[in-house]
Amino acid sequence: MSVFDGFKFRRVYSPIHQLDPRVKFFYVLVMFVIAIMFNQLLPLILLFFIQLPFVFVAGVQREWVRSLRGALFFAIMIFLFNFVFQYFWTEYPLPPSPSLLEYSIAMTLRFIVLIESFSMFFLTTSPDHLGLALEQSHVPYEFCFAFTTAVRFVPVLAEEAQTIMDAQKARGLELERGNFIKKVKNYIPILIPLIVSAIRRSLELAEAMESRAWGATEKRTNLYVLRVKRGDYLLALISVLILIFAVYVWIFHREQIPLLTNFLAPLELTVTKIS
Amino acid sequence: MAIIETTDLTYTYPAGTKLSLQDVSITVEQGEFVVLTGPSGGGKTTLCRCFNGLVPHFYGGKLEGNVVVTGLKVGEHSIYELARHIGLVFQNPENQLFALSVEKDVAFGLENLGIPRGDIRKQVDWALEITGITDLRERPPHELSGGQQQRVAIACVLAMQPNVMILDEPTSFIDPVGAQKIFDVINELNKKLGITVILVEHRLDLASKYANHVIVMDEGKVVLDGEPREVFNSDSARLIGVGIPKATRLYQILKEKGISLKKVPVNSEEASQLLREVLTHDRG
Amino acid sequence: MIAVKDVYFTYPNGVEALSGVSLAIRDGEFIAIMGQNGAGKTTLVKHINGLLKPTKGEVAVDGVSTRKVSVAKLSRKVGFVFQNPDHQLFCETVEDEVAFALRNFGFKEQLIKKRVTWALSLLNLTRYRQTSPFMLSGGERKRVALASVLAWNPDIVILDEPTIGQDYQQKEKLRQFIVQLNTQGKTVIIVTHDVEFVAECNPHVILMAQGKIVAEGGAKETLTNRDLVTQAFIVPPQVSQIFFELSDLKLPTNVIDVYDARKVLLDRLEVSS
Ligand SMILES: Nc1ncnc2c1ncn2[C@@H]1O[C@H](COP(=O)(O)OP(=O)(O)OP(=O)(O)O)[C@@H](O)[C@H]1O
Ligand SMILES: Nc1ncnc2c1ncn2[C@@H]1O[C@H](COP(=O)(O)OP(=O)(O)OP(=O)(O)O)[C@@H](O)[C@H]1O
Ligand SMILES: [Mg+2]
Ligand SMILES: [Mg+2]
Repeated sequence: MSVFDGFKFRRVYSPIHQLDPRVKFFYVLVMFVIAIMFNQLLPLILLFFIQLPFVFVAGVQREWVRSLRGALFFAIMIFLFNFVFQYFWTEYPLPPSPSLLEYSIAMTLRFIVLIESFSMFFLTTSPDHLGLALEQSHVPYEFCFAFTTAVRFVPVLAEEAQTIMDAQKARGLELERGNFIKKVKNYIPILIPLIVSAIRRSLELAEAMESRAWGATEKRTNLYVLRVKRGDYLLALISVLILIFAVYVWIFHREQIPLLTNFLAPLELTVTKIS
Repeated sequence: MAIIETTDLTYTYPAGTKLSLQDVSITVEQGEFVVLTGPSGGGKTTLCRCFNGLVPHFYGGKLEGNVVVTGLKVGEHSIYELARHIGLVFQNPENQLFALSVEKDVAFGLENLGIPRGDIRKQVDWALEITGITDLRERPPHELSGGQQQRVAIACVLAMQPNVMILDEPTSFIDPVGAQKIFDVINELNKKLGITVILVEHRLDLASKYANHVIVMDEGKVVLDGEPREVFNSDSARLIGVGIPKATRLYQILKEKGISLKKVPVNSEEASQLLREVLTHDRG
Repeated sequence: MIAVKDVYFTYPNGVEALSGVSLAIRDGEFIAIMGQNGAGKTTLVKHINGLLKPTKGEVAVDGVSTRKVSVAKLSRKVGFVFQNPDHQLFCETVEDEVAFALRNFGFKEQLIKKRVTWALSLLNLTRYRQTSPFMLSGGERKRVALASVLAWNPDIVILDEPTIGQDYQQKEKLRQFIVQLNTQGKTVIIVTHDVEFVAECNPHVILMAQGKIVAEGGAKETLTNRDLVTQAFIVPPQVSQIFFELSDLKLPTNVIDVYDARKVLLDRLEVSS
């Protein structure tokens, strides 16, 4: 399992899937910016929960959970790194206090929020839609075409690599044999056919494109248009409101955001008193 | 009226060592269904590439002689100009489809031409309808079966409403029933819409029943050109190694034993009809 | 002897490509596996040389389960020629290409020379010995791929779609070649869509549909059975169609070859005259 599983689009229909990718991307950017703005735990927790309704409306909980699980390893690394690094290697070592713990958790959560929002975006946006959004954002058509073609052919190439590997194994190739240099060399019989057939394939593709009037006019038209609908305005509005609120808090109340450990402090006191 | 006319076409690929086409002169009439066949390496694919300008514009090299397609001289017009009049479908369906939905793929050529959206919609719907894949419109092409993919590829070309369709071994990766369906679609384009069809094919048993003109190429030259019956039954067809339909072959070997049917059959219906006559006549 | 026992196979993406296939192939048999695109033909033959291991069930070659031996080892016995020669050619010369597997299997250089010479002449490729395989035509590349497998003289030869893109003459050569292998006692298994080719070869036919074997028998019986043929998405050979259309004349219906057809017709005409 990998983090990338959480980015694989699955064709389903939900209000979220119907949204304009550009608006969705704006929303992701807002989440991104806010997550970077704050390094306290409380706002990051809020940010984490704000996104949950979207996940459920889109009906991608399973994939979403999987992407979070995929990110678990990195999350733990980030946590340990912050915790240990702050403790040992900074100029003014902090003792392992609850507030350091909270800080490390916050940094981890920031990462998770980023993963969460990006995976939301890719889980609910078809590559098709995305290519279209690129096109209609005046990205040069060649680039959009390269993007959709890559999405289309990467799995095909992966499958082809598997077939080539099978074909060479059937001729007695053992990939795991020998020392390091030998092992690298073992891959030559796989790489060369893969490259050759990729070239052949791209030639055939080029031929097919040419035969369908590629480059006939500067002003290409498009079968689809992205129309900004009511839902899109709504999401844009929500995003803007969240952003305004966040900026407001950041400017005027940044210093007043309570540490969660402060809430715990009285508890701790009572505990010590009793003992 | 001749829709394709070539005179003394001669061509060598820039990387090639020998002539791929040598003095090819053929004429294809409007509305014909042409089967182009012959041994591997004979120059069939190369000739098809001349019809829409891939040779010489895409492949380079010098094309001697003349090709005129729908009144346009290929040497003087770009591939995209020719693409409006002539469509090419290739052997491997997988490498002709590159969009992420069937509909988008079918629209590709029309988008390139800058056709207004409303018209694209209409033409795409029409092409999907005729090829019988309307229900696949939103599917990603790479998740379809080989036969379905090839029908999408045909729709892609059809949407541009060409006068001529060229299909280069369109069914070699496809199971026989899938292949039959594709031939039926092609036949419909030819008979109902009057589109001129040029079909490159090795397996003639399935394809030849639709043809009314057969061209055989070998080593860059046209060796036979004419009506299916004559071509299939000629000695040179057998000597070059054309896989003539089994119905015709049966006619030939029956003749060796002194049984002659009234005419040369090129498909099973004709053969059974003719055999029935011989069998029932002898009985009675 | 190949024994496939109630094999199920599911690809990692969840597609069940084989659902309960059982099959016994004796030494020296000539088998053609046919059926619709995606029926599971390639998946099935990949089990025979161990490239795929059954999710459930067992495949044994000469009594040894494919789970118990490596692909490399099993390949000594089972030669597998893939559909697309471009998926395996990578050497600078045809000679090296044919020698590749022999080197992997640790043959002595001297023996390798001999085997390469033998395989090249067998497939009519001797004059291309020093040529780059990438310079050859499709049909020739296919023959190089074939030579590179036959060079180590496996007991079982599997050919996946050997006739694609081949013209009639090449197919005819291939047919003679397969028959020759078969008479030398080798087990030959071909996977193909080419009904007319099968009709000329007259092998034992296995029809597959949706991950299952739907029928098995002589080419004459299976390819002329309308129900089976429809089930496996096949179009019957042209000769069989002719005889089907004449079925009211009480002619035999299991004819697929032109020469058999002539014989039947001559017999009938003699009787009646
Ligand atoms: N891109 C190329 N560069 C150089 N030579 C080529 C190229 N394509 C084809 N040829 C050569 O041109 C000749 C004719 O090839 P072509 O592909 O037209 O034959 P074909 O009749 O279509 O054969 P097949 O039935 O195998 O498809 C062959 O000798 C071939 O080697
Ligand atoms: N590497 C793979 N990963 C996932 N699914 C696969 C893979 N290879 C094949 N399949 C699926 O398994 C099923 C059987 O495929 P297989 O290749 O065995 O069919 P086939 O009978 O050989 O078809 P064809 O006539 O098209 O070659 C198909 O549904 C196919 O999509
Ligand atoms: Mg060709
Ligand atoms: Mg297969």
